[in-house]
Amino acid sequence: MSEGRLNIITMQEPLLTMKNIYKSFPGVRALQNVNFTLYEGEIHALMGENGAGKSTLIKVLTGVYPMDGGEIYIKGENRPVHIKSPQDAHKHGISTVYQEITLCPNLTVAENLFIGRNDELLVDWKKNNSRAEGILEELGIPAKPTQQLSNCSIAVQQMVAIARAVDMDCKVLILDEPTSSLDDQEVTKLFLLMRELKSRGVGIIFVTHFLEQMYAICDKITVLRGGELVGEYKVMDLPRVELVAKMMGKELGDLADIHNKAQTDNENTKEVIIETVGLASNSGVKPFDFKAYKGEVTGFAGLLGSGRSECVRAIFGADKVTKGKIKIKGNEVNITSPLKAMKKGIGYLPEDRGRDGIIGDLSVRENIVLALQAMRGFFRPFTKAQAQAFADEYISLLNIKTASADTPVKSLSGGNQQKVILARWLLTHPDYLILDEPTRGIDIGTKVEIQKLVLRLASEGMSVTFISAEIEEMLRTCSRLIVMRDLFVVGELEGDDMTQDKIMYTIAGVNKSE
Amino acid sequence: MTKNNIKPSTQRGVSVFKTISKHRLFIPIAFLMFLLLLNIFIKPGFLRISLGRDSSGNPVLIGNLVNILNNATELVILAIGMTLVTASSKGQDISVGSTIAIVGGVIMRVLCGNETQPTELKAPIILAFLLGCLAGMVCGAFNGILVAKFKIQPMVATLILFTAGRSIGSMAMGGLKPKAVSSFGYYGNFIPGFPIPTPILITILVVAITYIALKKTNLGLYTRAVGINDRSSRLNGLNPAKIKFMAYVIMGFCVGIAGFVQSSRVQTVNPYTIVPGIEMDVILAVALGGNSLGGGTVNMAGSIIGAYTLQTLTSMLTTLNVNTNAVPVFKAVIIILLVAIQTPAVKNFFSNKAKVSKIISNQGKESA
Repeated sequence: MSEGRLNIITMQEPLLTMKNIYKSFPGVRALQNVNFTLYEGEIHALMGENGAGKSTLIKVLTGVYPMDGGEIYIKGENRPVHIKSPQDAHKHGISTVYQEITLCPNLTVAENLFIGRNDELLVDWKKNNSRAEGILEELGIPAKPTQQLSNCSIAVQQMVAIARAVDMDCKVLILDEPTSSLDDQEVTKLFLLMRELKSRGVGIIFVTHFLEQMYAICDKITVLRGGELVGEYKVMDLPRVELVAKMMGKELGDLADIHNKAQTDNENTKEVIIETVGLASNSGVKPFDFKAYKGEVTGFAGLLGSGRSECVRAIFGADKVTKGKIKIKGNEVNITSPLKAMKKGIGYLPEDRGRDGIIGDLSVRENIVLALQAMRGFFRPFTKAQAQAFADEYISLLNIKTASADTPVKSLSGGNQQKVILARWLLTHPDYLILDEPTRGIDIGTKVEIQKLVLRLASEGMSVTFISAEIEEMLRTCSRLIVMRDLFVVGELEGDDMTQDKIMYTIAGVNKSE
Repeated sequence: MTKNNIKPSTQRGVSVFKTISKHRLFIPIAFLMFLLLLNIFIKPGFLRISLGRDSSGNPVLIGNLVNILNNATELVILAIGMTLVTASSKGQDISVGSTIAIVGGVIMRVLCGNETQPTELKAPIILAFLLGCLAGMVCGAFNGILVAKFKIQPMVATLILFTAGRSIGSMAMGGLKPKAVSSFGYYGNFIPGFPIPTPILITILVVAITYIALKKTNLGLYTRAVGINDRSSRLNGLNPAKIKFMAYVIMGFCVGIAGFVQSSRVQTVNPYTIVPGIEMDVILAVALGGNSLGGGTVNMAGSIIGAYTLQTLTSMLTTLNVNTNAVPVFKAVIIILLVAIQTPAVKNFFSNKAKVSKIISNQGKESA
């Protein structure tokens, strides 16, 4: 992994060099010995799956987190710089534009461009407005200086944020997933602006999950995985499949993978539990067909943002279904809300535990009985004793570590919170259980427990969908994988086809025989 | 070590006190007790209750406590509704005072028709009561739709009726200021021959219904869940919009009852001056009861105690002959104190102090 080759050829001094960066959080090594180099007029992609360390690296660079070790060099400053705060980063010419707009939507475009940049009490807005007009025109941003920012499209708002950064003399521009809420046309416009900046010599760090976009615009790629540097590559040197392999941490041809044993004997029980026909929802996921059989563990594989969660959310009625049908045990059903899905025997453990899963201030007991209680109805509450019995049963069954059933769930560790949500759904005895990233952000021991539980539930006849960002986990637990890319289902793998290579080829969209 | 063995009873006493002081009702009850003691101190005969006779010679209970229980009725009933509104929608309904004017207006119109001083009631009182409650619930539904469906901040949404309510109440009475016959006054005063003020009985009834509702339905669990995290509540099969809407309709029903009691007290309604500023007292009662105004808690008993605490405070200031115009200032000062004591910053300060003094006293024991 020697990465020194690039600068010898160019002989150009890098704009930004991050050397041997270390950063730990309690219990996690977020960055270990990471190097990153950016040149003038370069668009450099920072790629990696969840938890790879992309955002930590950016936060270290912009002074949000102090680093534990390492050095940062910036062109024109002959000693390592210490970036203590985002303001400090600005002074060094480093600006960030985040996915969520951090400007003030209630102010005008010009006000957003200039606000907070000087301490003058009196401001000549006439002058500012005409200056703003110049900047907007120069960068080809379709907005008027006096227009209120909230009246602009998201893309234009993002461009204004970029213009602000550029006008503040930024040399390094960080774009953190700027395209995730833009449509294709808007992305094109944004790319035009990025190319314009590139020609001016700005170095751009581009964080994205979209492979297509990355290949369309970037010059170089730095791949991180699990807080470590995988490598720096020229875009043309790194085909899609290899990139996916590097992000997922698998060398091609590495077939030393233990395929799971438990599932194949379930193949004989071919009772369809749930089936979707051309199902699509307002989340943007494209129509997909899917079948889940009794006693089977299915999985949705794909990179982050590929639509894994969107599929299962459509099945559960969490997003508004716009097209298609759902059949349960052969009968067409109309699922318009999560409650209807629950009554049809579907359970759903959501991806974002904190936002969608737990109800933090409610007790463990209340969190466990909530779903079953909602199914039972408003006028038929469980007595405290009944609820306590349920809670006790599942606390011991899943080995949930909590002081008591009265403890607020938010004070539990991540893994135990996840078990509480699992308990909640197991208590409803669903025929079809969806687990969206049940193992994210929890310790290894609990991960294994959850995987074993999934296999046991399937062997008892439940149909389970198990989604995980870690491909090994899916291979270990699932007997069939639905592969997704950019909100489309692009393939289905089963039996001997379920190898990491095949998955990666399918994700990358390359014919698997090649 | 030996010293510990000598005094096990005090040790137990300390731990019992600790458990009590951690109870969620401890602070609300402690406030109320403190105010009552203060009252006894100021006016030694404070707790005396005697049987007197009213102007028409009927037996009635007289005493400060009776007055407090009687006068707190509207506050208690409104605090119940406000607790649910606050818990589920993370905001408050500031239109309750104005809505009482609407309810009062409707009731007076139903009872008096188009006359200012009718000699008899134009409609049965029960009908007036039901229509009054209906008016309250319609107003609640209006607020509820704005909050639950259109996702307008509760304070902004209810600002509409807060502003317009009193005028609507006046319009409901056709611009007149009618006075109903005195038999309508039974509900805000006494039923002849029965010495306990009727509002106290109504309060007991409403509190009892609330208790049963919280016990026999999922009202508490659902409102809390929605107030804490409405996204995940939805994914657990709850309908956050419906639950918030329901809370506002219940609030409206409470306003209906409170408006009925209030109109009955003097058998007439001045929509522009009826229950001035009560919305803030109600919100305070909820806060004093240990409920988070940011939603997610249903400490119903706390809110009710909070309402009585406020009424005790008002009555105390009256006893002290504080100028009516100055009452709000005194109220404000005391409320700031009460609320400040409950903030984490102050709590931590005192618990640290306690630890330090404990250490000091322990050291004292050892050296002794």
